[in-house]
Amino acid sequence: MKISVIITLKKDVLDPQGKVIHQTLDGMGFDDVNEVRQGKYFEIDTKETDNDKAKAKVKEMCKKLLANLVIENYKIIDPK
Amino acid sequence: MKSSVITFPGSNCDRDMDVALKKFGFKNKMIWHADAELPKSDLVVLPGGFSYGDYLRCGSMASKSKIMQSVINFANSGGMVMGICNGFQILVETGLVPGILLRNKYLEFICKNVFVKINDKKNKYFKNLNNKVLEFHIAHNEGNYFCTQDQLKEIEDNNQIAINYCDENGKIEDQFNPNGSIKNIAGIFNKEKNVLGMMPHPERMIDTSLSGEDGSLFFKNLINNLK
Repeated sequence: MKISVIITLKKDVLDPQGKVIHQTLDGMGFDDVNEVRQGKYFEIDTKETDNDKAKAKVKEMCKKLLANLVIENYKIIDPK
Repeated sequence: MKSSVITFPGSNCDRDMDVALKKFGFKNKMIWHADAELPKSDLVVLPGGFSYGDYLRCGSMASKSKIMQSVINFANSGGMVMGICNGFQILVETGLVPGILLRNKYLEFICKNVFVKINDKKNKYFKNLNNKVLEFHIAHNEGNYFCTQDQLKEIEDNNQIAINYCDENGKIEDQFNPNGSIKNIAGIFNKEKNVLGMMPHPERMIDTSLSGEDGSLFFKNLINNLK
């Protein structure tokens, strides 16, 4: 089963890369962008077949390694 | 005095630290990250470098390596643990010291000498040092210290800030902040002050003909404090 995770920076954390991407987009003519925030995306292929159990395990992975909860939020996407 | 320097895959200041510690009288051992046990040590150092290629977040992979459980136990039982640069990043990822190190504010790798003001001398790292300000070297891409407002309050209430970026006279201002760190923080302690994480490299300032001597002052004082 493949489970996806999106990790984003919390609101009050400065994202200089996002800012530079925003400026570049602006320079390219995409001038209606309000803000860009850069994040991370993971696809985790697990042997677990039970949906809830798999999600619970991925949640643990997020808390222990994939995200640093001081600055990041994680969102687990339901497998389809 | 016995010290241990942990080498992770991608550490590159481990041997500099070894040279520095030995120069000032430590009997130092190099410890591989995959070892399970720490030898008996009075000081454990997590050196600078780019452990695991800075994958995911700087220090995050190294913080889970085998030796780290022994290092965490050692720290929790009052042992002296010092993390320099990438070692600091590893320390925050273990949770031994609060906060995290973000990408430098202006996105550039910074490699230069800086001045830091010692904020607290009631600890074994800086006790008895005559200097208020030290000149150290920094070389990092992710040294922008960040923590939550709640953490900052706790850090300040417990006087856990070890050193702040400043000018040569000890003036702590925005213009002397190289990387955007909250409150110009260059290094912090855990609550008990036996664990120190800092971005500057004292081991690069131990030879007057090559650099400066403020690292020498730091290490000489440190070994005396540990005796």
